[in-house]
Amino acid sequence: MKTNILQENEDRLQSKMGKAFLCERVVFRGKDLHHDLCQNDWFSLYLYGITGREFSDVEKRALNFIWSVTSYPDPSIWPNNNSALAGSVRTTASLALMSGMVISEASLYGRRPDKRAIDFFLRAGLAIDEGSALEDFIELELSLYKRIYGYGRPLVNIDERIPHTINKMKELGLHDGRYFKMALEVYKYLNKKKGLSINVAALAAAICADSGFDANEYHLFLTPAFLAGMVPCYLESNEKPEGTFFPIRCESIVNTGKLRRTW
Amino acid sequence: MNNKGMSKRQVYHSSFWEEVAEDDNPFATKEAYCHGYNVYEDILQKATWFEYLYVMFKGEKPTEAQAKLLEKLAIALANPGPREASVRAAMNGGVGGSTHAASLMAALAVGAGQYGGSHEVFLVVQLWSKCGFDIDKWKLKLSNPNEDPRADIWHPIEHGPGFDPNGINCPSTTLNILNILESVMPGGALTWLKENRTLLEQYLGYPLAISGIAAAAFYDLELNEDQASMLYLTFRLPGAAAHALEQSSVPWNKFPFFGDAIELLDDPGPKGVPNFEELLK
Repeated sequence: MKTNILQENEDRLQSKMGKAFLCERVVFRGKDLHHDLCQNDWFSLYLYGITGREFSDVEKRALNFIWSVTSYPDPSIWPNNNSALAGSVRTTASLALMSGMVISEASLYGRRPDKRAIDFFLRAGLAIDEGSALEDFIELELSLYKRIYGYGRPLVNIDERIPHTINKMKELGLHDGRYFKMALEVYKYLNKKKGLSINVAALAAAICADSGFDANEYHLFLTPAFLAGMVPCYLESNEKPEGTFFPIRCESIVNTGKLRRTW
Repeated sequence: MNNKGMSKRQVYHSSFWEEVAEDDNPFATKEAYCHGYNVYEDILQKATWFEYLYVMFKGEKPTEAQAKLLEKLAIALANPGPREASVRAAMNGGVGGSTHAASLMAALAVGAGQYGGSHEVFLVVQLWSKCGFDIDKWKLKLSNPNEDPRADIWHPIEHGPGFDPNGINCPSTTLNILNILESVMPGGALTWLKENRTLLEQYLGYPLAISGIAAAAFYDLELNEDQASMLYLTFRLPGAAAHALEQSSVPWNKFPFFGDAIELLDDPGPKGVPNFEELLK
C-alpha cells in the first residue's frame, strides 16, 4: 500500500520559517523577532521574510523607491478604483485595500508582467553566460512569445517613472548593475527595431534582479506595491456622499445587440 | 492629460446586459435585459436559477439536461466540507469574527489554487479542448502539464490536473458525483471519463479528483475554462459561508490552533524578555 503523505503530516509541521512561542518569544526565519529583527524597520523585515537575506541600505532605498514611484493616489487606476468604490459604498478599510491589491495581480499590468519581466532578464543573463548575444535572445523571445514584458505601454507612450527611476539609481550608484544596463540595452534595441517604449516594470525588475531576487521573491516583494496609492482613494470616496463615486447611468452600459426576446 | 475634472462620459461595454432608465432618473433601472430577456419580468417569473445562470454565461437557454447537470454540479460542489482548504480559510475568518466578506474572500483566494481549486479546473477544461476523447493525448498532457517554461503568477502545477496526488483510491463520494452527473447527461466528457477513469488512475498512480469531474461537466455544458473557473469558485461558496458562520459561534478554544504541532528546525533559542514589573517602576 502506498504511503499516505497526509497521515505523515497530520499533526506535525517541520518549519525553518518560524514559530510563535506565545508569551515567550517569536522566531522569524532563524532570528529572534523582538531581539534581532524589530531593531530594524518593517520594510527590512518584509524583505527578510521573502528572501531570508539582509539588504544594504542603498539596496533598500532602491527597493523602497520601486514601491513609492508607482504609488499613484488616482482613483481612475483600476486597483485604486476598487478601493474608491469600496469607500463610496462604505465597506471596511481592509476589504477596500484587499479588493485593490488582489486585482493588481493582473495580466495587462501589475504582477504578471512584473514577474515575466524579471524572468526574461534572468533567462537572458543565463543565455548570455552560455555565449548568446543579447540581441539574439531578444529575437528568440519575440519569435516564441511575440512580446517582452516591460516594453511598450498599454495606456500611453511615455512612462514618467522611467526618468525618475534612472535618476534615482544614478544617485544611489546602482545604475551600473548588470540587469539595469541590460534593461536599457533591450529598450534601445526594441525602440530602434519596433518603436517600443520602456515602462517601469522593466527597470524595477532589473533593479531587483541586480539585488539577487528570483521571480517568486520578486512577485512577493511587489504584491503590496500599489497599496499606498489606494489609501487616499478610499479615504476620499468615503468622505463624499455615499454612492457618488463616478455613478454610471443606465445608458452608459453600451449594448450593441439590442436583442429582445421572450422566455 | 488635463486637470479640468470633466471628461467625456465613460461607458461600460457589454454584449449581454442592457438597462433602460426610468423617465425621471437616468440612474434608476426601469427594465434590464440579459441576452435580450427581460430580467425582472420574464426571467424572474419563468426561469430557474440555473437556467438564468446558463443564459448569463452562454447567451442561450440550456436544454433540460444541461440545466439539470448545472444544478446537480452546483449541489455536488456547494459544500466541500470543513476539512477542505477553502472552507478552512473561511472558518478562520468566522472563528475570529472577521467580516462575512473577508471569510468569503479567503475562501475564494484559497479555493483558487491548483490543488483542488479553480485554477486546476481551468487547466483541466483546457486539456479537454486539447485532448478530447484521445487517451494517448491525455496521458501525455497529464504527465507533462506545464507547457510554458516562463515564470508566471501561477507556479507550475505539480500533478496531473484533475487527479489527486495524495489520494489512494477514488473515494466513494467522488465516484457518486461522477456516476450521478454522468447519468444526467450521458454521451460526453463525463461518460468518457467514467469509462477511462481507472486507466488514467493506473497511469498516474493516483485517483480522480472532484476538480476533474467538475471540469468534465463544465466541458459537457460547453463552458470554456474561464467560465468554468468562475462558476467553480461561485458554486463552492455556500459551504464556506455556512461553516464560517457556524464557527463564529463556537468558542475559540474549540477551534484548531496548531502551535504545538510546529517543530522549529532553525531555533536560535530564548534570549529573554524584559521584566515587565521592572519596566513599570
